[in-house]
Amino acid sequence: MLSILNNLANRALAKTGEREAEAMKFGIKAWRNGGRERVGSLDLVNNNAAIETPALVLTTRKGLPTYISPDLLPSVASPDSCLLQASPLHFLDSASPKTISNIGGLHQLVSLHGYSFTAAPRDSILCLPEYESTNKMGASFETTCGRRLIKPAEYMELVSALNPNLWATLADEVPAWVSEKRNKTSVDRTVRWLDECIALDKVGSRNVLGAIVGGSSIEQRVRCAEEVTRRNVSGYWLGGFGLGETIDERPALLCAVTDILPTERPRQISGLDLPEEVLQGVASGIDLFNSTYIYHLTLGGYALTFPLNRNERRISDEGNDIKINLKATIYRKDTSPIIDDCRCYTCQNHTRAYINHLINVHEMLAQILLEIHNTHHYLGFFRAIREAIKEGEFDLFHENFVQSRHDHMTAVAANS
Amino acid sequence: MALRFEVLGRFNRARAAQLTLPHFVSQTPLFMPVGTQGTIKGLTTNQLEEIGCQIILGNTYHLELRPGSDLIDELGGLHKFMNWPRALLTDSGGFQMVSLLHLADITEKGVTFQSPVDGKPMLLTPEQSIEIQNRIGADIIMALDDVVKTTITGPRIEEAMYRTLRWIDRCIAAHKRPNEQNLFGIVQGGLDPVLRDICVRGLVDRNLPGYAIGGLAGGEDKDSFWRVVAQCTAALPEDKPRYVMGVGYPLDIVVCSALGADMYDCVYPTRTARFGTALVPEGILKLKQNAMANDVRPIDPTCMCMVCKNYSRAYIHSLVTKDAMGSQLLSYHNLFYMMKLSRDLHASIVEGRFPEFVREFLQNMFPKGDVPEWVCNAMEVAGIDITACCSPFPAPKIGLEALVSPMVQQRFSQKNNHSLLSSINQKLK
Ligand SMILES: [Zn+2]
Ligand SMILES: [Zn+2]
Repeated sequence: MLSILNNLANRALAKTGEREAEAMKFGIKAWRNGGRERVGSLDLVNNNAAIETPALVLTTRKGLPTYISPDLLPSVASPDSCLLQASPLHFLDSASPKTISNIGGLHQLVSLHGYSFTAAPRDSILCLPEYESTNKMGASFETTCGRRLIKPAEYMELVSALNPNLWATLADEVPAWVSEKRNKTSVDRTVRWLDECIALDKVGSRNVLGAIVGGSSIEQRVRCAEEVTRRNVSGYWLGGFGLGETIDERPALLCAVTDILPTERPRQISGLDLPEEVLQGVASGIDLFNSTYIYHLTLGGYALTFPLNRNERRISDEGNDIKINLKATIYRKDTSPIIDDCRCYTCQNHTRAYINHLINVHEMLAQILLEIHNTHHYLGFFRAIREAIKEGEFDLFHENFVQSRHDHMTAVAANS
Repeated sequence: MALRFEVLGRFNRARAAQLTLPHFVSQTPLFMPVGTQGTIKGLTTNQLEEIGCQIILGNTYHLELRPGSDLIDELGGLHKFMNWPRALLTDSGGFQMVSLLHLADITEKGVTFQSPVDGKPMLLTPEQSIEIQNRIGADIIMALDDVVKTTITGPRIEEAMYRTLRWIDRCIAAHKRPNEQNLFGIVQGGLDPVLRDICVRGLVDRNLPGYAIGGLAGGEDKDSFWRVVAQCTAALPEDKPRYVMGVGYPLDIVVCSALGADMYDCVYPTRTARFGTALVPEGILKLKQNAMANDVRPIDPTCMCMVCKNYSRAYIHSLVTKDAMGSQLLSYHNLFYMMKLSRDLHASIVEGRFPEFVREFLQNMFPKGDVPEWVCNAMEVAGIDITACCSPFPAPKIGLEALVSPMVQQRFSQKNNHSLLSSINQKLK
């Protein structure tokens, strides 16, 4: 017993020492003159390969993917799958911060060594900002343990115990429909909490992503971004998206912010989920996306099937849709994998007919297999985006994608 | 017959064997996890192989309902459908009907039940059960038996036993793939030794590839349970596998193996995992308890499984009964524990240290020496000396001879209990 504790404590010490020596490194590898989209390289852990951006940050529950157990995670595209998102608020009702710290932080707790974590309070699934109860003391969230007001000190206690590779400061995220006054207050609070969080950070604010809010007001977005860029932060976290703003007003809001931010620091966003939304974000110069898209697809029985090769316009029975619903009766006897040439564990081992059966009888393996495939496929989408940027063809890629979606929608509408 | 059963080692009644099935060469004693609907809840087939699972159960009743045996057959059988390269076993479907459906009625024709789909009356005959199982294609298929609750007494038990014997001939006649699938007969007869004996003889006459002991693990008292197992294993042929249906508590498996049984199945390890309970050498560990919230130890420090190598009780505590991952990780550990237990039973018998293994197992589970009476009794019949694991009995107030059987007295006198026993005797004089 004692030796186990000692062991864990030693590992924790080693880990902290390591972290001390390392600073997050971010560099731009490719970008186009006149464009905002860029390919970057994010180096977060000494012993791990750098992650190329734009990248998908995988959604987790308490540090692990919802259904993919840690032994199966390496079977999903690597090293792309090595970047995970965690909400410190998931740990409100679990082990105490002291215990988490004794165990050695988040990496040890979930036993994902060589993986990197970015932390932000909001996860868009279990932890949602509850702006009406937020006050000057702290931000309110709907969490798994009810509505909770989180003050900067409490948040930082969790962050410091978890010790993620990057963490976003506490933000007052408001939906698009709040008054100008409330929106302005949210910017004031977010900037104040940024200072408080940095002041409370024990390791000297090396891996901080400064939160930027401002709702759907360009003026407030710019004001917040300017305030945050005056602070000593390693990167930026764009909050307040996916909260009721229209998809059409988003590019202007995004660009107003990214145009102010220094180019050589990474930018993460929450709330952009769909491929079209991700493409909007990339076009505005966003580097990291934590998306709930895979989670929702998986729960609904969907598998992503859209072509990843941008020159290919897949002609199939399913038309040009982005996904198929494996619940449908047409897959009852379909012995093909979700995608023929997909290299994921699911497609290498199982048929559509089997997944259809698992969904029908409410077996958890359905979600496990779907999350594996969907994660693998969406990571492939991000890889395709990076390749397009490197080849200077991102605009074309973006247009083609949107166009094929449009064509499909028209075809569906015509047939119905 | 599509199996080979080679006994590799013995200790008294216990045996370790190699069971060669069409899809896998397995080692007994063996726990077989239940994958009711063509999947073990929350685990991939790769993980099941890694854990060491050798034979998985499918439930005929559920599989026939969805996706249907016709579809499974059309897609190449259950092995291919669920991508499980190792062995499979399907039950007859009868037990599921009787236990899950209120309106099941058993007649000479078969089991009549109300369709859960449209409410119409349906009939499952022995012929149909075998036809369905032939289509599913498992390595081992089970005869349709007349299932009655073990707690029932009276003429119904006798009727069910004789009907089970009549149905076995219909099952044998209906079995179309005897060279690819092994039909096991099921010994019925309740808790009545005479009926059990008639049933065993009847089945053995049919020279089946293997035999199951049915009608147990249904709420009967433990003493009746082990006596039925002991009686049946003693009467069943030495060169055929013996499968005790519905048994899954580690202690029961150890006892039954000592009595000469080879195979077991139960939903217990995976079901209890979903409720947050882990199987450990000491018995069970309830991860839900508040005491686990800040416990940095693994579930079982002696376990070599993926979960115990990586996770603290504290972390599992935060997941169980809330997140899917909690039941995924606990199911993984619990099945690993059951497969490790199977391997340990096999190896200790082969290596001639079975009694030592049993004693160590009991000492872990009953550190205070409070081994249940029925276990002590069963171990005597199994010829395994567990005196070292048992604490002395509290001093009886009257008639030592009446309360303590001669065998227990003998056991007392074997170890350090000489003085205690003589002091009791003194008092009684
Ligand atoms: Zn795939
Ligand atoms: Zn374990």
